[in-house]
Amino acid sequence: MKKLSAMSKMYLIFVFAVLYAPIFYLIFYSFNSGGSMNNFESFTLEHYAAVFEDSRLIIILLNTVLVALLSGLIATIIGTLGAIGIVSIKDKKMRNTLLSLNNVLIVSPDVVIGASFLILFTMIGVKLGFASVLVSHVAFSVPIVVLMVLPKLLEMNTSLIDAARDLGATKRDVLMRVILPYISPGIFAGFFMALTYSLDDFAVTFFVTGNGFSTLSVEIYSMARAGISLTINAISGLVFAVTVLIVIGYYFINKRSKSVATGGHR
Amino acid sequence: MGTKIMNKTAKGPLIPYIFWILLFVIAPIALIVYYSVLDLNGNFTLTNYAKFFTPVYLKMTLSSFWYAFLITLFTLLFAYPTAYLLTKTKHKQLWLMLIIIPSWINLLLKTYAFIGIFGLYGPINAMIEVFGFNPKQILFTDFSFVFVSVYIFIPFMIIPIFNSLDKMNPSLIYAARDLGASSWTTFRRVIFPLTIDGVKSGIQVTFIPALSLFMITRLIAGNQVITLGTAIEQQFLVSQNWGMGSTIAVFLILFMVLTMLFTRQKSKGGRV
Repeated sequence: MKKLSAMSKMYLIFVFAVLYAPIFYLIFYSFNSGGSMNNFESFTLEHYAAVFEDSRLIIILLNTVLVALLSGLIATIIGTLGAIGIVSIKDKKMRNTLLSLNNVLIVSPDVVIGASFLILFTMIGVKLGFASVLVSHVAFSVPIVVLMVLPKLLEMNTSLIDAARDLGATKRDVLMRVILPYISPGIFAGFFMALTYSLDDFAVTFFVTGNGFSTLSVEIYSMARAGISLTINAISGLVFAVTVLIVIGYYFINKRSKSVATGGHR
Repeated sequence: MGTKIMNKTAKGPLIPYIFWILLFVIAPIALIVYYSVLDLNGNFTLTNYAKFFTPVYLKMTLSSFWYAFLITLFTLLFAYPTAYLLTKTKHKQLWLMLIIIPSWINLLLKTYAFIGIFGLYGPINAMIEVFGFNPKQILFTDFSFVFVSVYIFIPFMIIPIFNSLDKMNPSLIYAARDLGASSWTTFRRVIFPLTIDGVKSGIQVTFIPALSLFMITRLIAGNQVITLGTAIEQQFLVSQNWGMGSTIAVFLILFMVLTMLFTRQKSKGGRV
């Protein structure tokens, strides 16, 4: 393969610089003792201390993580079972219909998802707050889990199941000891995607969160609307560190499972 | 092949999933359509639809489309060469990973960064001053809105294009060059048509969200830009007019379906 020309290298460096500059800009000023994102006065960790001293913010952080983990877990269970169910459908038309319905929430604009869920919760009388946010996150994470698990199920050799059955395994055994272990890389990938969907979501949560409950995205939004606060910068520093760790973890799981899917979007 | 698994497992696994589809896919769409024909008192009406076809809303829809078009165009113009050059690098998966990482940082944080960057005393204005111009308000303009949106969407455009470029057989390019095609002709007649599916998925994941963004418009564009998404948020959470909000949402869904049809992949099984 030919080496990249100087021009091409310059272009790539430019793109990377633009992509990372805002993030490092945020993190850089999180250490600024002045109150703004313009003049760097001197190095300080006070804004990080402020994050950890603000008990309301800590509760919001914990809520965000709790919602992400719980919704990821529940969505992974529903999605994995759903994927197993889908591949077991004989009728091709029925199967394609289910797959199309599965993708509706993935392609839908999040404003529409948020608005429609708000109507739904109001109608069936779910109080807006932790429960409505959790349920919404489960709801929009299920389809991505299905999409991550399906390819693994489809590449699975059915003779494995036949063999297990011939050797006297019950249906339960087949599921627990043959199918699930085989598709576990897909399940983990799905769980990871569900986590990131949940952590990254703003619009849907914004619609269904009500007054008392808040997640990090919603809190950052209301803080940012009020103007610049270096506490947000400190949060960025923390979020960036955690994100890099998650990405590295995801990268290794992905590498092991050699899944083709990269990245997701919400 | 997978059909066989069915006989060996119960229908049980499908029950929670079907329940999920009914409650969170079908019911919400039905509710949006239902609310779109209700007035503020909950009576049947078509005035919301009539209102949507008044100049105010039509203009808003058109401008939303225009911005979404600009955002998609610039994202594509920057993303395609990036994806192309990435496939030529030595450790391309690693470089791709580095492109993906910023996309995993919370959207709100990235948007917030630009409040500082584009601010009156921010680094961009400092640079402008170095060149002898007066600092001006970049924030709260449609330029800043398009710029930040392009910034947000670039990774999502790069990924599918990178994947389709990566899958392409390089000998096709050598063949084209051997047969005397210029590099531009090779690109136009061989590379681009073969990666059109990646471009289409990229457009899909950019254009639809660009129509519906509302936090970037609020934080970055002030009230300069109103997208369909902003209008829906406004109707639902500020004006409390769920009927009108739902009507706009119905149209947003229609536009989404049209975009999907327009960017549908011809080859079978392009996406799972």
